[in-house]
Amino acid sequence: MSLDALLGDYTLQNVVMGAALLGLVSGVLGCFAVLRKQSLLGDTLSHAALPGVCLGFIIAGGREMGSILAGALFTGSLAALVMLLLTRMSRLKTDAALGISLSVFFAVGVVLLTYIQGTGNASQGGLDAFLFGQAAATLRSDLWIMTGVSGVALVLVGGLWKEFKLVSFDAEFAATQGLPVTLLEALMTVMIALAVVVGLQMVGVVLMAAMVIAPAVAARQWANKLESMVMLSALFGIAGGVTGALISALGPGLATGPLIILSLSSVVLVSLLFAPHRGFVWEILKLQRDRRQLRHQRVLTTLYQLASHHADRQYRSEKRMVDAYLGTDSRRALERLSARGLITQQTPPSHEPGDHKRWVLTPEGCREAERILDDLGRGGRA
Amino acid sequence: MMASLFDNIPLMIMLVGALVGIASSLVGTFLVLRGTSMLSDAIGHSIVFGIVVVWLLTHQASGPLQIIGAALTGIFTVFLTELLVSTQKVKKDAAIGLVFPVLFSLGVLLINLYASDVHIDAHTVLLGEIGFVWLDTLPIGGVEVPRALVSMGAMTALNLAFVAAFYKELKLATFDSALAKALGFAPTALFYVLLLLTSGTAVAAFDAVGAVLFVAFVIVPPSAAYLLTDRLWKIFVYASLIAAASSVSGYYLAVAWDVSIGGMMAVMTGVFLALAFVLGPRYGVFAQWLERRRQRELNESRTLMVHLYHHEDGPEKAVENVTMALRDHLMWDPARAERVVERSRQRQLVVQEGERLHLTQAGRNLAREILEPGAKAETGA
Repeated sequence: MSLDALLGDYTLQNVVMGAALLGLVSGVLGCFAVLRKQSLLGDTLSHAALPGVCLGFIIAGGREMGSILAGALFTGSLAALVMLLLTRMSRLKTDAALGISLSVFFAVGVVLLTYIQGTGNASQGGLDAFLFGQAAATLRSDLWIMTGVSGVALVLVGGLWKEFKLVSFDAEFAATQGLPVTLLEALMTVMIALAVVVGLQMVGVVLMAAMVIAPAVAARQWANKLESMVMLSALFGIAGGVTGALISALGPGLATGPLIILSLSSVVLVSLLFAPHRGFVWEILKLQRDRRQLRHQRVLTTLYQLASHHADRQYRSEKRMVDAYLGTDSRRALERLSARGLITQQTPPSHEPGDHKRWVLTPEGCREAERILDDLGRGGRA
Repeated sequence: MMASLFDNIPLMIMLVGALVGIASSLVGTFLVLRGTSMLSDAIGHSIVFGIVVVWLLTHQASGPLQIIGAALTGIFTVFLTELLVSTQKVKKDAAIGLVFPVLFSLGVLLINLYASDVHIDAHTVLLGEIGFVWLDTLPIGGVEVPRALVSMGAMTALNLAFVAAFYKELKLATFDSALAKALGFAPTALFYVLLLLTSGTAVAAFDAVGAVLFVAFVIVPPSAAYLLTDRLWKIFVYASLIAAASSVSGYYLAVAWDVSIGGMMAVMTGVFLALAFVLGPRYGVFAQWLERRRQRELNESRTLMVHLYHHEDGPEKAVENVTMALRDHLMWDPARAERVVERSRQRQLVVQEGERLHLTQAGRNLAREILEPGAKAETGA
């Protein structure tokens, strides 16, 4: 298929638009979930959408996107409520409450699914798609509904940006400022349910958890401000979603959800490894740089102390003495320091015993060593 | 006789269901108590990858080797999650939610690509087919025994043996990990063995209940049992009973409504949890409500007693120790004041004489209990 034909393909257009929408919404909303340490809530809400999908199907009597999504939103919110009840009113911890809501709601969904199968409804075939996602089955009318839901979610985020931000980072302070924290938290939970609803068709109920978490975690690696994190997260979400959906639409019989998740996860992997400041590679390099710098400082201050002991700024130290002082080989450090102009090499008068190469602090080296020792001293006093 | 037992299809299905529940509860109890229940969700999903890989390598879906091979994926998931957490870049919940979807996705794609014609289609992965366990049998001593029954029986025995052998150590590691470590019990190693058994159970239960419903059997019965008792061994007993009851009731309901048997069994675990949540003897919502009401009534009685005691023999007794005064001075509405007085009268803490309220000795003692704690109550009138 040529690129032209690809772009003109009706199904493909739907798939790409749907995936982009999903990436956008789950990327934005996922940031709040991840920051509030509620990542697994998305997992529970998405599994709990299954009975809602089935209920919507039963009530509408067929694969009617509107009622299916409404059902999913309803049971998703119900599961969140059950979870809240279990943690507030019993001694079960959050993890158990999440797991209970997830598995029992999903079980109800399975029961309803088999019930629908039992009634022999011919259009039932479309329901399995909600388990793993089937992007190719997206209709233009589905897209409109998804757009509407996404719009509502994004407008809410935009309108309540300051409030959401405050609650995400410091809920207690938000409460002291008179914000309705419980209401805002409930709203944020419902919005995750909204993201789940948008993703049902694309990713399916099982993998929506990662759809909410992955873009946000990847974005957090690159950004230190909520604004940029949300932007990046949305970008990553869109990119991952579209990539996965395209591969799925082109490949034969490949479920969309897993492909989207895998492409998003590669973004996460790259971000974890290579992001500046927070990436592993960056951290390893920084660690090495710090170690090297520390070694240089120790060599320099050792030279300085040797000079002080001999009450001679121009004291010529042998490399062997420095080595013995520090217990390591100081050749490279000496070379680096010399390259930085902090020390120079001198040849002693021939009557002095020992090496022919000696190291002497330059005036800059003296000042630098004094600065380091001063810093250390101040650090010690503080 | 034996053969006819194993030919009894409903019995086999219920037995497998009960064994799934019991084996899962044995390991699940510790997961729930440690606050790491969601690991079972991660394990349940990611073993799909292990099962597919093992199947592709050996072209066999069951057997001890297959169970161990696939179970290693579960451990691998936990290991990766812990690794991610240890970097401090990702919080634990996010780490769980990042790792298992990747393995699960790979598993589903492998099924799509290479194994779409075998029995592990994507649908079964999630839902299981407990209704068909009797189709796949294994000859043991001349009797055809369902394969799932054998593997689940073995897993149950294994889990039971582990919990029994390391009961003390597991208990200590669960409730006071630091002490366990200090005493040299290697709680981390113990935990990993526990997770390996969880993964093994997930693999063995996979054909019967699938990846997600397994989570219900791991988390829900122990949670329900935890709402009923404080004793660890009782949690095991109650959880096993709940699992067995869910299996039996779930089977009959599923048959009656013609729906997924495994699904209905999992729903029933939820029903039992709801019952424990509401009706539990000590931690149930109803019991808590009763307890709160009892406390409130006791407080009201005490308030009344203290009020009456304070003004007893005082000059303002005639004004203070009447029902009317409770309304103005204690801010009680008339109905409430009436209720408290009536209750106190029934419990013989006060006697009413016209408008006046008089303390009985019991009422006086109750007041003094609060005003002079530690003082011995006076006896006699």
